[in-house]
Amino acid sequence: MLEEKDRARFEQLILPHLDAAFNLARWLLRGRADAEDATQEAVLRAYRFFPGFKGGDARAWLLQIVRNTCYTWLEKNRPADLMMEFDESLHLHSSATPESLALAGDERERLARALESLPPRSREVLVLREFEGCSYKEIAAITSIPIGTVMSTLARARERLQQALTLPSTKEVPSGL
Amino acid sequence: MACELSQSVLHGYLDGELDAARSSEFERHLETCRECASTLEAQESLRASLQRAQLREAAPAALRAKIRSSLPDAQPATSGRSHRGLQWIAVAAGIVVVMFVSWRMILPRQPYMTAGIGIEQVLDAHLRSLQPGHLTDVTSTDQHTVKPWFDGRLNFAPPVSDFSAEGFPLEGGRLDVLNGQTVAALVYGKRKHLINVFVWPAEQRDSTFRTGVTRGYNWIEWRRGGMEFCAISDVAPADLRQLAELLSR
Repeated sequence: MLEEKDRARFEQLILPHLDAAFNLARWLLRGRADAEDATQEAVLRAYRFFPGFKGGDARAWLLQIVRNTCYTWLEKNRPADLMMEFDESLHLHSSATPESLALAGDERERLARALESLPPRSREVLVLREFEGCSYKEIAAITSIPIGTVMSTLARARERLQQALTLPSTKEVPSGL
Repeated sequence: MACELSQSVLHGYLDGELDAARSSEFERHLETCRECASTLEAQESLRASLQRAQLREAAPAALRAKIRSSLPDAQPATSGRSHRGLQWIAVAAGIVVVMFVSWRMILPRQPYMTAGIGIEQVLDAHLRSLQPGHLTDVTSTDQHTVKPWFDGRLNFAPPVSDFSAEGFPLEGGRLDVLNGQTVAALVYGKRKHLINVFVWPAEQRDSTFRTGVTRGYNWIEWRRGGMEFCAISDVAPADLRQLAELLSR
């Protein structure tokens, strides 16, 4: 159990990064309700581990715990997610018509769907880089990817995202084929 | 894709992660490689659409409250015999926290700025500064030029640092007036965007960061070292937060 001054420090250093924590969980688990549970669990774990936090980048430290919590959750509840290379079902079962996808208002939906169709390891580097503005060093610390390969991991992830974005227009074929 | 640089180094360049030597080497390469030039353009437009879509999702207020209340109670540092009175104080404090949290959930998020300065005034000043010729009174990327310029023009000394190395080059500074108070405005660049950081003497003690969005512009506000800061821009919230952390170092 933390002493009062540690708890104050926890609230000051860790809780400001709750948005980043939730956002990472939301994209890793592809859902808000699961993300809420995972975020809460991760913050409680962070609270228990906090005496071991030696200072430094508090956001990276918390996000590392969030990521581990999410992967443990996926292993237990959706192991197929961890195997996925590229989730085509998201495109095949898309209810959106080409017309609606063409509308500018669906740009956001289209991007979200494309991002969700990527394997979790591509998704997480994109979320960390593009939404959280993490440096390569921070991404390496959070995801345990060697810093030397963060650049190529991001390159691959972006290439996949672009592929996914071009898919819906070509997926006119009925899924029975 | 024929050029293998487009598979890796290009991304380091896009992310501003190459050192100066590799970065200029890649720029020279760009002049001759059409593959890389068009890939870079495509990647920049992909990034722009990701930013525009604002896919980052903030933690719901209810989750924030739930997490706060689920943290185990702290152990009093001066732990002696347990005291009933203290427990009641803790319960009362808990009720205050819950009331505060629910009040924050009901009211739209407003910054708690002092000196009667509101976020609308800050946003208006930001928009005004973007008009031609209004951005800076002193235009310099050198903090040693900008900082002395404020001397004698203000009754406080705003911290002026250049963060080019971190991706936020200092563009200059100017004076602005918010609600009758003369404030310092520091202008930083972030890629092609501009960030205004307004600084004025704080009336209250240091605070943590508060963030929000007003009319599509992101802002972050905090008090530190007797000064109040409000940074506003169309850059991503994460970028604003990074600048705020740099300014608070």
